[in-house]
Amino acid sequence: MAKVSCRKAFTAKLLELARENEKIYAVATDSRGSVTIGKFAEEFPKRFIECGIAEQNAVGVASGLAKDGNNVFVTGPACFLAARAFEQVKVDVAYNKTNVKIIGVSSGVSYGPLGGTHTSLHDYASMRALANMLVLAPSDNVQTEYLTEYLANTDHPTYMRMGRGDVEGVYEPGESFEVGKAKQVCDGMDITIIACGEMVIVAKKAAELLKEQGISARVLDMFTVKPLDEESVIKAAKETKGIITLEEHSIYGGLGEAVTHVVSEYAPAKVKILGFPDEEIKIGNSKELFGHYGLTPENVAAVAGKLLQ
Amino acid sequence: MDLKKIAFDRRLDVLEMVYSKKSGHIGGSMSCMDILTSLYYSVMDIQKIKDHDEDRDRFILSKGHCSEALYTVLADCGFFDKAELETYTRFGTKLAEHPTKGINGIEIATGALGHGLSAAVGMAISLKNRGSAAHVYVLMGDGEQAEGSVWEATMAAAKFGLDNLTMIIDRNRLQISGGTEDVMPLDNLAEKYGAFGCHVVTCNGHDYGELIPALKEGKSKQPTVVIADTIKGYGSSVMENKADWHHNIPTAEEYEQIKADLTKKGMEVS
Repeated sequence: MAKVSCRKAFTAKLLELARENEKIYAVATDSRGSVTIGKFAEEFPKRFIECGIAEQNAVGVASGLAKDGNNVFVTGPACFLAARAFEQVKVDVAYNKTNVKIIGVSSGVSYGPLGGTHTSLHDYASMRALANMLVLAPSDNVQTEYLTEYLANTDHPTYMRMGRGDVEGVYEPGESFEVGKAKQVCDGMDITIIACGEMVIVAKKAAELLKEQGISARVLDMFTVKPLDEESVIKAAKETKGIITLEEHSIYGGLGEAVTHVVSEYAPAKVKILGFPDEEIKIGNSKELFGHYGLTPENVAAVAGKLLQ
Repeated sequence: MDLKKIAFDRRLDVLEMVYSKKSGHIGGSMSCMDILTSLYYSVMDIQKIKDHDEDRDRFILSKGHCSEALYTVLADCGFFDKAELETYTRFGTKLAEHPTKGINGIEIATGALGHGLSAAVGMAISLKNRGSAAHVYVLMGDGEQAEGSVWEATMAAAKFGLDNLTMIIDRNRLQISGGTEDVMPLDNLAEKYGAFGCHVVTCNGHDYGELIPALKEGKSKQPTVVIADTIKGYGSSVMENKADWHHNIPTAEEYEQIKADLTKKGMEVS
């Protein structure tokens, strides 16, 4: 399948939707290049609100636009929208329940070579803790397009994050999804790997490696990080012999802890959380960092083997 | 009825709320009351606001800690039953110490300072884009001016030429820790806003002869800033110009004195 970045899939879809729906606004933070939203700005200058390098104001302005009946997509690097503008997200979006979609691009360690100022390995944790927020992490371009269309047709306050680089496709065009429900990528009865965002393709490849070893791994794409599909988690905990979670996020407060919460409360099972450790992250590109911190198909397969021993 | 008298009556309502519930920010509520009275009893078409007409004027209380001042005005104007004021800050109430959503007349919940102006800018952009003649008013505190987001939003208001936006500053020169010029110097605010591309009007915030024309003033393709010089705790010598009264709760004796002062001043103007 073609390798396409989620951010480009998002902007292409949003442009298409904006042509049909004049209530769609895009707000930017000097980020039209990094988001790849230049065409929207050219075609809909009145509905493209450039706020400059001022993320707090951008989110606040979005809430005001939404209060006048618009569906507003605030776009920019996840590291700034999920940190610098967090109080505006908390108050103006979540607490006020405004129709604002915070679209964080180049998330996780996409900007790894730029250093720790540009990582967003805390955003699932912070956004999950806000009442009223929907938290999404698409795994490829097909799912990104589906979720963008979903967001154009709902007024739910949302945080959606995606990476910078091209990602290998997980799904064939036309695949169907349901927000709030995990998408089963591979069926399996020995172990379950629950992943989200651009870690889903890693989980899928780990399942292929495990298959060669005679281990059948179930892979769940938990693209709706919140609300979590508890039913699928409980089912996996009961039907398979252990769960591995995989995310481009701190091991604190993200998908792993969300899964562990459900498992420990309803169906105790062995869980191993794979993500970034609670330490200053090394400098390097995504591939190097994934390799260093064990977010690779090989390491996931090895962890699965150990868990099953 | 005379607007000044109305404002003293609302100040008495505020006093009752703060004293009976032992909560609130009485000093700033007293200083901004003439501004609220000007807007709700004169400048804005409140029937449209009550009807939630899409072309209604919008008011945002960015200095959300003075919610009790706004609640008394909204109740008196019939946005909700006056009896609801009795629930102020009580368990399960809609009327928190900062304006919450879900109250008729409240456009957006506020309370964290430096948020209201950004939301106002978003509303003004949208209204302009769809050709609405509605106007957006946002009331900020002077201490609030230290928030960086206020200036981010001001730059945006000027960039988008929002002549349908009026930013009002309740310039009482006091904040919770003391004088604004000691905590974080703000002067010269008029020059600052002018340099940011706004049309600036300074007026006496307790004089309706100055206040109402200022609120109606505007300049094409520029947002207007009304710097309303006010007195914190206005209406009683117990509170006036005293930083402690940012959120003091009156003792029984102080309550009686404030009530007597406000009643007397209300009678003098009626």
